Amino acid sequence: MSRQHMIYFGVLLALLTVAPFVLYPLFVMKIICFALLACSLNLLLGYGGLLSFGHAAYFGASSYITAWTARDLGLTPELAIACGVGASALLALVFGALAIRRQGIYFAMITLAFAQLVYFASLRAPFTGGEDGIQGVPRGNLLSLIPLASDRGMYCFVAVVFFLALLLMHRIIHSPFGQVMKSIRENEPRAISLGYHVNSYKLRLFIFSAAFAGLAGGMKSLVFSVATLNDVYWEMSGEAVLMTLLGGAGTFFGPILGAAVIVTLQNQLAALGAWITIIQGTLFVLCVMLLRGGLVGLFSKMAKFFR
Amino acid sequence: MFEALGLSAPAFFGQLLLGIINGAFYALLSLGLSIIFGLLNIVNFTHGAFYMMGALLAWMLLNYLGIGYWPALLIAPIIVGILGMLIERVFIRHLYKLDHLYGLLLTFGLAMIIEGTFRNIYGVSGQSYSMPPVFQGGVNLGFMYLPLYRGWVVAVSVVVCLATWFVIERTSLGSNLRAATENPNLTEAFGVNVPRLLTLTYGFGVALAGFAGVLAAPIYSVSPNMGANLLIVVFAVVVIGGMGSIMGSIITGFSLGIIEGLTKFVYPEAANIAVFVIMAIMLMIKPAGLFGRLG
Repeated sequence: MSRQHMIYFGVLLALLTVAPFVLYPLFVMKIICFALLACSLNLLLGYGGLLSFGHAAYFGASSYITAWTARDLGLTPELAIACGVGASALLALVFGALAIRRQGIYFAMITLAFAQLVYFASLRAPFTGGEDGIQGVPRGNLLSLIPLASDRGMYCFVAVVFFLALLLMHRIIHSPFGQVMKSIRENEPRAISLGYHVNSYKLRLFIFSAAFAGLAGGMKSLVFSVATLNDVYWEMSGEAVLMTLLGGAGTFFGPILGAAVIVTLQNQLAALGAWITIIQGTLFVLCVMLLRGGLVGLFSKMAKFFR
Repeated sequence: MFEALGLSAPAFFGQLLLGIINGAFYALLSLGLSIIFGLLNIVNFTHGAFYMMGALLAWMLLNYLGIGYWPALLIAPIIVGILGMLIERVFIRHLYKLDHLYGLLLTFGLAMIIEGTFRNIYGVSGQSYSMPPVFQGGVNLGFMYLPLYRGWVVAVSVVVCLATWFVIERTSLGSNLRAATENPNLTEAFGVNVPRLLTLTYGFGVALAGFAGVLAAPIYSVSPNMGANLLIVVFAVVVIGGMGSIMGSIITGFSLGIIEGLTKFVYPEAANIAVFVIMAIMLMIKPAGLFGRLG
């Protein structure tokens, strides 16, 4: 790990430790869940050049499966989340194998369409509770030992999982696999001519990314004790893309910043109703027109200017 | 034949008609998307928003200004088209040289702004738009009852689709357009004003969406959300048809509407997902789509 990233990880660890004492723990947990979702999308977009517009499918599927196994099958939280992550990965195996047959914007449209398939399935499936969703999901006891019912306890669990997941993502990106992925992003024909099975790499990255999105969704349903149709709706996919873009796609820590900004905005402006959609849309337009490197890109530009 | 299977013929033809009508909207919308994509290389996420805007403009014209259906059928698409051209000039123009994904993200953001604005003004509940009196009632075709308005929608959308096809494939304006897609620099050298052509194309493409919106107003309830969900289905239609072929969009749009309608008749639970399942199958068999080139 580079010295710079080590410092950033250290700062993040410090922030995660201090945050629940300064801010409302549920709010911080919300940021963490969405930050993980944005990071998972960034893994695919920033390092593989693949824009998935349907990450809500993996986020939502896992949140449903986690909620269902925790409440109706009585699984412990870690097992329930594992089931959710497994379901997301399985879903990604099927959808990914089909979607990687097309590239670029087609890929984005296909992932979006598949996500909508999951949405309609969630609306109709017998265990999802239709419009009501799955409510009253118990947080349970970690490893049947440590109770997570209190926000403090749950926070520790979520923060630790988040931090470990980020370390794992960092490892994936800087592994030989990650290097091949970057070469595919930069020049796919060359990667093919070097003998790499490009599609197999893309599919694996897609599954990794979906599994992390699933981890975020599973934790989210335990934190808020609910899994709803909102989690699988395409607007959620759009929000994840916005968080990634706003923070800075292709930068490791950018999406976390993006998620923090968007979640804070949503919380502060909750009373304004439909205005939030307009503000988010405006942010999208601003990012694309003026701020293609995201906030992180802006900061590094400013740092260069003042140096 | 239907009675023997325990199914009723009127219900069958009813669903078939509904499918054809949905197909008409799929065709009109995917046609506009295809034209814009073909020339500008932009996946136009605002298409659903412009469709919604067409419907709401028709409603506003009637309720605020007392302007009826027939003028609205002309005025609303023109307003939508002008707004589209404005958006192309101000925003989209600057993205042609960048990765295609930026166009998709920009139009997604614009769609959020447009839909959010209308949601602010009208809320999410649907408004009803009353049908022009000429179309009250219907005709009995013997095997089914055809409401006049629905017949009109199908007829007019077929005519508009074919007219668009004719203009693009058989006129000099169309050949300029196609030349500009193949090689913009060379076309410019021949004295064609390519930037203006692009603006006009975008305007025309979204005007088609606005037109579809006015057509839809008397059938569906008019609400700010009406475009968003439809758009995703149209994307799936486009993936199945293979974007880029004008005739492909028209044929695929109508056929998928019909297939969806028939699914609703046989197995209603699967109707919403039929198009997406067909898309999955198509990706397995022929990833480029029915009429598309792989690219």
